[in-house]
Amino acid sequence: MTTLFTILFDGVAYGMLLFVLACGLAVTLGLMNFVNLAHGAFAMTGGYVCAVLVNQSGWPFFAALPLAFVASALIGVVLERSLYRHLYHRSHLDQVLFSVGLVFMSVAAVDYIMGSSRIFIKLPAALEGQIDFFGVGIGRYRLMIIAICGLLTAALQLVLARTRFGSRLRAAVDDPRAASGLGINVPQVFAFTFAFGCGLAGLGGALSAEILGLDPYFPLKFMIYFLIVVTVGGSSSITGPFLASLLLGIGDVAGKYYVPKMGPFVIYTIMIVILIWRPNGLFGRTAAR
Amino acid sequence: MTAHADVSTHAISRARWHWSEFAFWILALFCAFLFPSRYLIMTDIVRLALFALSLDLILGYAGIVSLGHAAFFGVGAYSAGLLALHGVVTEPVVALIVAGIVAMALGFLTSFLVIRGVDLTRLMVTLGIALLLEALAERFSNITGGTDGLQGIEMQPILGLFAFDMFGKVGFFYCLAVLFGLFLLARRIVHSPFGLSLRAIRNNPLRAAAIGIPVNKRLIAIYTLAAFYAGIAGALFTQTTALASLDVFSFERSADLMLVLVIGGTGYLYGGLIGAVVFRMLQEFFSNLTPQYWQFWIGLVLVVIVLVGRQRLHRWALWAPNLIIRQLGGRKTIVAVPESDAP
Repeated sequence: MTTLFTILFDGVAYGMLLFVLACGLAVTLGLMNFVNLAHGAFAMTGGYVCAVLVNQSGWPFFAALPLAFVASALIGVVLERSLYRHLYHRSHLDQVLFSVGLVFMSVAAVDYIMGSSRIFIKLPAALEGQIDFFGVGIGRYRLMIIAICGLLTAALQLVLARTRFGSRLRAAVDDPRAASGLGINVPQVFAFTFAFGCGLAGLGGALSAEILGLDPYFPLKFMIYFLIVVTVGGSSSITGPFLASLLLGIGDVAGKYYVPKMGPFVIYTIMIVILIWRPNGLFGRTAAR
Repeated sequence: MTAHADVSTHAISRARWHWSEFAFWILALFCAFLFPSRYLIMTDIVRLALFALSLDLILGYAGIVSLGHAAFFGVGAYSAGLLALHGVVTEPVVALIVAGIVAMALGFLTSFLVIRGVDLTRLMVTLGIALLLEALAERFSNITGGTDGLQGIEMQPILGLFAFDMFGKVGFFYCLAVLFGLFLLARRIVHSPFGLSLRAIRNNPLRAAAIGIPVNKRLIAIYTLAAFYAGIAGALFTQTTALASLDVFSFERSADLMLVLVIGGTGYLYGGLIGAVVFRMLQEFFSNLTPQYWQFWIGLVLVVIVLVGRQRLHRWALWAPNLIIRQLGGRKTIVAVPESDAP
């Protein structure tokens, strides 16, 4: 029974982390219909920025996290303005090729600058070890992840549903022409959203170094996971990807615990079955228009 | 009636062999005698060309974007390796065909998954299938050799006559012959009414269905055929290198393949062949420059190609040859017409 709770807890933490990593992609891929396979590269950037700040410059972990967000968001906005925006109206093939090219470049560049081995971020002592909660061992680090990611999710949902910017974004996605006719600066909204998504990915990358492992091949290794979150979750709201990440996180942790020999096999099978059953994702409408 | 006649004469005239095509194949054959010390890399190019030809069949002619074409390559490679290792089929040509058929069966089964849904679902499903097979190959390491790969494969002589030599001369001619044979078949297919119907589907599936083309059946057929080609390419890989390892399924292989096809241009069959030559030369050049980080430059090439625009790039590349041909053969002759430039 306690193992079941531990698996559930670890799975939720893993899923929350995946959600923060992938929710930027949910906007670019799901809402703007841009196949951005390079999303993991932004996450990796955040992770490495955090690692360099903490390990080499001696910053406290919690001060480095916002910096990871800012660095990834900055790179995101520069790339969006200079490269990505030319490709919004191209075919999916072009978008795939372009983002795969970016992934290759980021992998080789990080390998060149930081070396190819896995790196670890020094955690503050308060985050290490476990808390005993009615007999269930709960990792402090995972608890922090759940807290941070839970807060972020709630904030995102509020921003999208309640604020003026949220309604602008939804309008720009639903019908860019009508939205710009109403005086909404659509490219600006897209650029800001893209940068914010990249920033979240960077934050996720910094948080995930401990759990997923951080090396130059991060964007390739976890690309499929981000894509699963978005395609399975659908894109009508932020709830779909959120539930999909939780499902994926719990499924992956449980699969690795109960049938360790099958490895990632379980996840891929579930994904293919779901996509056959509901090509537009479990929740909500299609991404393609 | 006249429109019908126009279409058929146009199709027939395009199906006829152009002299530049003869020149291309003669040149390919001559390479064997021009560079006798480079058989290994030339074999590699020929294998890659066949693999790219396979992707061109579905991407260039049917418009299916696949991120996991390495799945069929890998299945072909492991089938050929296992057949040779356990001595089931020792004759390479027969083993090649058997491996192709195994990949073809997989292609047929998975084609039903691929025809469902839009581009994005296709991307995911093809990628998922390749990853799934990689995970399976790793799981059943007692059969596949796991991360070490299949080792100790010994190839019998081709047709019982030509033994593989250590310089790869026989391997090269073997691959080239297979490529040429399969190219002829592909050329026949894409210029047949079947091939024309595929192009109609690529341009507009809805309209194609409206004029009575069974869209799904055609897509299943071409996907299965492309899987056969990719399986053969994989089997050639195993037979000429006597090796099959997990990386035959890797995502990089599928991504590189797309780059090959994009360099050469899609939808006129020679794209894959030209792309394979250019890609391998680029790779050689970059890995001489920076042995460990050549991937960076390959990525940069991809980004630049997309930003400049694939069609524009091909127009530039073909500008000089077309100019010369026009001078020689009058205004109307054109050497090669890739993609959307074609009427």
